[in-house]
Amino acid sequence: MSADTTLSPRFGEFGGRYVPETLVGAHEELEEAYSAARSDPAFGDELEGLLKHYVGRPTPLYLAERLTRECGGARIWLKREDLAHTGAHKINNAIGQALLAKRLGKPRIIAETGAGQHGVATATVCAMLGLECAVYMGSEDIRRQSLNVFRMKMLGATVIPVESGSRTLKDAINEAMRDWVTNVRTTHYLIGSAIGPHPFPTIVRDFQSVIGREARQQMLEQAGKLPDVAIACVGGGSNAIGLFHPFVDDPVRLIGVEAAGEGVGTGRHSATLVAGRPGVLHGTRTYLLQDANGQILETHSISAGLDYPGVGPEHSWLKTSERAEYVAVDDVQALEGFKALTRAEGIIPALEPSHAVYHALKVARSLDPGEDLLIGLSGRGDKDMHTVAAALGVTL
Amino acid sequence: MFERCRAAGRPAFMPYITAGYPGAAETVPLLLALEAGGADAIELGVPFSDPMADGATIQHANYVAVEQGVSFADCLGFVRTARERGLEAPVILMGYYNPLLAYGEERAPGDAAAAGADGFIVVDLPPEEAGRFLVACRGADMSFVPLVAPTTADTRIAKIAGAADAFLYCVSVLGTTGQRAALPEELPGFIGRVRGLTGLPLAVGFGIGTREHVEEVGRIADAAVIGSAIIATIDAADEAHRAQRVREFVESVTGHKQAGGDGP
Repeated sequence: MSADTTLSPRFGEFGGRYVPETLVGAHEELEEAYSAARSDPAFGDELEGLLKHYVGRPTPLYLAERLTRECGGARIWLKREDLAHTGAHKINNAIGQALLAKRLGKPRIIAETGAGQHGVATATVCAMLGLECAVYMGSEDIRRQSLNVFRMKMLGATVIPVESGSRTLKDAINEAMRDWVTNVRTTHYLIGSAIGPHPFPTIVRDFQSVIGREARQQMLEQAGKLPDVAIACVGGGSNAIGLFHPFVDDPVRLIGVEAAGEGVGTGRHSATLVAGRPGVLHGTRTYLLQDANGQILETHSISAGLDYPGVGPEHSWLKTSERAEYVAVDDVQALEGFKALTRAEGIIPALEPSHAVYHALKVARSLDPGEDLLIGLSGRGDKDMHTVAAALGVTL
Repeated sequence: MFERCRAAGRPAFMPYITAGYPGAAETVPLLLALEAGGADAIELGVPFSDPMADGATIQHANYVAVEQGVSFADCLGFVRTARERGLEAPVILMGYYNPLLAYGEERAPGDAAAAGADGFIVVDLPPEEAGRFLVACRGADMSFVPLVAPTTADTRIAKIAGAADAFLYCVSVLGTTGQRAALPEELPGFIGRVRGLTGLPLAVGFGIGTREHVEEVGRIADAAVIGSAIIATIDAADEAHRAQRVREFVESVTGHKQAGGDGP
């Protein structure tokens, strides 16, 4: 089976373009620009050059030997997106889309951000390319990610607090959409995850697939074989789809890890694929956390980057087609994963991939020593130190 | 309705309220007040938790209604009750796609027709994504009112008009709903462009808030929609006089006075 739905607007029954009429033209224009860019060697060369010399790609594939020994099971490999410039995978997509915006002749970029990593990546790329940048961020997220807010401001971006709804990622997307509806002629909306209306899920997936392409090659070189399992955290799902996509046609078990927050049974979580049902939000048909009336529910997670009631439509398709499986890991377990990787390997992960780490350790224990498990380590944990300290009862 | 208004030399007036705002018990009296004030048709907003095309005023109304648990089924209940109490104006249900999906897009149009509603405007459902819903609307004799915007290309306007059966909703301005000081300068050009591509009646909404705006729209289109200014009128009124103030506001826009009304 193939997951290649290149510029097809749907992934099975999911995806599509459910947008206000004002934005239809901009999506059509973006789709055309992206199709043209894909077949333009000059675009590919520019992107590749920036990924190499500016982002620092390829990021390493690291064999976590102590962690492997502690689990006594499969060999554990880390794809080190935390070592990419700005400290997370978000920059891969930000650079690609910013180059598209230049092709479209749009001098202004807007973005939404949850944990702040996509906001920082976007602000960084805008500084580098000389583009105006405004980032929408829920006021609750601004509070828990103050370091990233300051980074964005230093980079020259305007950070606009969003006070509506749950004051998190979903509301930041609503506000960014409202800005875009108003300023569509001059502005590109640089969506940070593999969500939103067609063609965004495809574009973001393609720009993030560099993760899986590199990891696949590196596994063959360093392990001499493909991984048996690949695991990544899923909020909107961009790092996971980037890791998974190049393995979809391989015999590799794919596991996405969502945030169970305080527990899926408590209602305070962000486990969209595990506990949601299909609907339409932010322009795409996908799994959603919603009530019986179709109202979107407020979500919770210790990690701002996973705190989203929707998920990329391609993940919904991977779930219903049973090509990938999805599980949920709660706040306490994520902290355990965080501590385990930090102590055993001297690598401080962000709270988002800490969810994946926790589940990966569980899976690794159930596998044989000859088997290989690949974790998408999507970002570094510096931004989360205040949150982790608070969760551990430490005052900084 | 459009013929009647045209014969009277004025645009049809279509006010909007959010169902369940400020409270579920007030929606039916407000619907009746809109008609008493001279509304020719009414847009009844179906509340949604994430109204991404709306400005602050209507966003707030949506949040309040959602907080109270007002559902699509409740909206049909409001229409049914208002009809029982004599409401005659056509009612168009306006909102977002997900509450309709949750209710069941195949049965929503039939149930809405049975309740006495006349059509749908679904902000985030362009015709090419509306397949199943459009079929259900046709089967229930409910109008599907598509939107066109200043950014909609000519070829697309023609295509969209093909999916319409009653009228086209023209979004006056790039932006969200909400009042603005003046209508956009490009409005006559935009409406003229749409007019050249379809013979359907044209309603204009977004950013219209005063009688002057409505008159201006009346010179180029068939109907004018006011939303946020109605919600603001509700907000400014004390609890006992909301319906009365809304009726007065609508009268001030339409110039309509009921016989035996509050004249001298």
